[in-house]
Amino acid sequence: MRAPNAKPFPLPSEITDVAGAEGWRDLYPYYTRFRPEDDRRFWFYNSMHFPEPMPAFDAITGEVAYTGLGAYTTRVFAFPTALGIEHRIVNGRVYITAHAVSDPDEVQRRLKVFQERAPHYYENWPALYGEWEKRLHGLITEIDAVEVPELPDFEDAAVVFEAEGIAQNHYVRAAFNRCIELYSKMWHHHFEFLMLGYGAYLVFFQFCKQIFPEIADQTVARMVAGIDVLMFRPDEELKRLAKLAVELGVDAPFLSGGSPQAMLEAISRMGEPGRRWMEELDRSREPWFNVSTGDGFYHHHRSWNDDLSVPFSALPRYVTMVKAGQSIDRPTEQLKRERVRIIAEYRALVPSDAERDAFDQMLGLCHVVFPYVEDHKFYCEHWFTTRFFKKIREFGALLERQGVLDEGEDVFHLQHYEIDQALVDVMLAWAAGVPPVGAAHWKPIVRERKEIVERLKGWNAPPALGPLPESIEDPAVQMLWGITSETLAIWSRDPATVGDNQLTGFAASPGVVEGIARVLRDVNEIGLMQEGEILVCPVTAPSWGPVFGKIRAAVSDIGGTMSHAAIVAREYGMPAVVGTGQATSRIRTGQRLRVDGNLGIVTLLD
Amino acid sequence: MYVRWFRDLKLGDRPAVGGKGASLGELTSAGIPVPPGFVVTTRAFETVLAALDPEGLIRREIERLDGGDLEAVSAVTDKIRSRIAAGALPGDLVRAVAAAYEELAGPDKPVAVRSSATSEDSSEASFAGLQDTHLCVRGTASLMTSLCACWASLYSRESVTYRLRLKLPEREVAMGVVVQRMLESRTSGVMFTRSPVTGDRSVIAIEASWGLGSALVSGEVTPDKYVVSKVTGEIVKRTVSAKTLRHVAAPDGGVRVEMLEGQTQLEPALNDAEIHALAEVGKRVELHYRSPQDIEWAVAPDGEAGEGVYLLQSRPETVWARRDAAPVAKPAARAYDHVLAALGKGRR
Repeated sequence: MRAPNAKPFPLPSEITDVAGAEGWRDLYPYYTRFRPEDDRRFWFYNSMHFPEPMPAFDAITGEVAYTGLGAYTTRVFAFPTALGIEHRIVNGRVYITAHAVSDPDEVQRRLKVFQERAPHYYENWPALYGEWEKRLHGLITEIDAVEVPELPDFEDAAVVFEAEGIAQNHYVRAAFNRCIELYSKMWHHHFEFLMLGYGAYLVFFQFCKQIFPEIADQTVARMVAGIDVLMFRPDEELKRLAKLAVELGVDAPFLSGGSPQAMLEAISRMGEPGRRWMEELDRSREPWFNVSTGDGFYHHHRSWNDDLSVPFSALPRYVTMVKAGQSIDRPTEQLKRERVRIIAEYRALVPSDAERDAFDQMLGLCHVVFPYVEDHKFYCEHWFTTRFFKKIREFGALLERQGVLDEGEDVFHLQHYEIDQALVDVMLAWAAGVPPVGAAHWKPIVRERKEIVERLKGWNAPPALGPLPESIEDPAVQMLWGITSETLAIWSRDPATVGDNQLTGFAASPGVVEGIARVLRDVNEIGLMQEGEILVCPVTAPSWGPVFGKIRAAVSDIGGTMSHAAIVAREYGMPAVVGTGQATSRIRTGQRLRVDGNLGIVTLLD
Repeated sequence: MYVRWFRDLKLGDRPAVGGKGASLGELTSAGIPVPPGFVVTTRAFETVLAALDPEGLIRREIERLDGGDLEAVSAVTDKIRSRIAAGALPGDLVRAVAAAYEELAGPDKPVAVRSSATSEDSSEASFAGLQDTHLCVRGTASLMTSLCACWASLYSRESVTYRLRLKLPEREVAMGVVVQRMLESRTSGVMFTRSPVTGDRSVIAIEASWGLGSALVSGEVTPDKYVVSKVTGEIVKRTVSAKTLRHVAAPDGGVRVEMLEGQTQLEPALNDAEIHALAEVGKRVELHYRSPQDIEWAVAPDGEAGEGVYLLQSRPETVWARRDAAPVAKPAARAYDHVLAALGKGRR
């Protein structure tokens, strides 16, 4: 499995603290720290979801996600060979490991349960997914409805005259806990179908590799992936609005530069056409501007609704292209035809009728599960999550008003357990008629932690820790993170045996180009991207869609051929190499690169 | 008739012109680019053989041989070969061949003279490399010499042993000879429309080196390798090798080895457009024959009239065709049963 000269990965116990950030342990709960026995297991850096160091509150995203994921794998469906995911945090970075069941008797015991339960979802998938969407809408409505109490000088008289019996300060902690409760429910729903979906993908991928041993992974992905995916809608809405602006003759404000506010003000002064455009903007905003600029794991990745500058930064380019008569539409009809053709031609090459029937069954199942596997993100990691962070921000605002924090945004430097404490401090203080004591306690902590997180950003996290596993069983680990035996071989390759100036990864989208690299670690930096540059990033999220029109090629640290970067790069017809493990640490902005998306090789040319 | 032109031939003409001749005729008729040529028919061969051996003793002697006794085989085959090479050719045969050569390549352009036995190039037996091929033949005299050598090569020790092992009856074996315009190719190679390594039916495997194809076929050169998806057209794998030498036309006929230095060794012998063009032709031929093909091809020198890719040979792929592949999966009662089965397998 491993190249003969491969350097082994470091052990968790061998990792040293980042200089100046030695206090990082205080940001995260005890159960996230590496323990001596963890040295015996294989951990990989989950840079797909957590490409930056975790602010203290944001660690809740991994924590709650993994409570849901494991529950469904281990306890609900009882996947026969896979248990849940464990996570650890070191130097602010999240490492995860997946468990396999090794005892054959245990596998059989679990298999019996799995065989009883999994069919219910597979057989009723579309109907159950329909119900699921309703439940998610319900959760989104509920999180929006959570009220952060005002804590007035005197309670509203209604408390007395309607004998409510409970004062406002009670609701402070209750409301905060409600947010966490709803967040947890969201993550459970997130995983309800997911592992079964990846199971279907895995089976089809493996089948294709047996029938067509030399088929490219990205080609199998093209057969599975549907075209009308919700995560493409936000960008499509922007294009729609750009075309409409030109049609209505209200495009000038977009080309004049200026803030979204200024642009909107200018348009609202443009009479009936302006009013119509604003109306259409509102239609697009709910729900499509609820997309996050990240992937759902950091508070600073806000939604387009929270911060219009992100979507509006794409409008000038789209407007210019429309005016020049260029098509900006995603060629969905052509994509659909291509997909149908590819499927038909591979199907025709399957050697026997029996295998062809099996092919139809397996691919058919992938098509059934695909909408959930791709679309759930929009509801969960984007729409719900941005509302969740927005609500937490309101608690931050409360703490700021009460003098506990310098600014509301600082709330994200407290663990959720600590926010609970800070709120109780406020509740006690309000009850006693005195100021809360928290300022003296929390403000220095917040200052220190901001410094720590900043320093942690510079750390080159090893792509993995610990000894290589015997096998990768977990369908999600293989299909989502793209971790297979091949990935491990690529990551563990001693740089001396690869060309010093080369990186390898998955060939995600064909073609070979040369160009100048732009390393972006944070999606908020996408405004820095210049036309024709090569994007180098930890991972791309659907929010990065508008930047794909500018770039010449894409290189990512993590991701497989089903990842967003791969799918979008293929649609735009540009080369992409994903899952390199180390692109963002080895490449500098301004460096000249050659990206070979046929072979999965990135060459540093200077 | 002693001479038949490619354009008038089809696969069914194998008894008259041998496997290679029939195949080149079939390709020409199907509109596949093939360097033009004609075939000296098996009738010519039979005529010459009958003149030498009216009672058919040669064939009977061969059938009585023990294929394991190489010395005995050599003794017989050497004798037969020298008789054929020395035999006089009927006047009308010589005139027919000379006239055809004049029309094809006269007075002095080079041709390839290639054996085309009736029992070769089927899906059961490829006979690869067993019978003679003469490259860069110029002039009628050399042509006749090559012709006789090809006929004689039917009775080489290797060919005879091969036929004895496969128990092919001698009277069913005859020799046609292909005479074809010689392409002094810039690049040549082989192409399989089914992966030779894995048997994958969805890819085309191409191997390429500089100069004439004889260098690659003889194993003297490590070729560049490309794997192309038949469905997406993408080049899914590329390996550029250090190509240390090439075969080129020798000034007085035949082939000469030329060593290659530096840059040329590592320069890809094919550009992407040519790779795609080859894959397209490969797909067409496979479709025409409805079975995977083992193809020899050449690219004309840059700037020459008739640029582009040409096929020199196409025969059924034999290695994977013989392998029985048990189905890797069968339809299940319910689609998700495949998932249940796969996930329940335990450690792989």
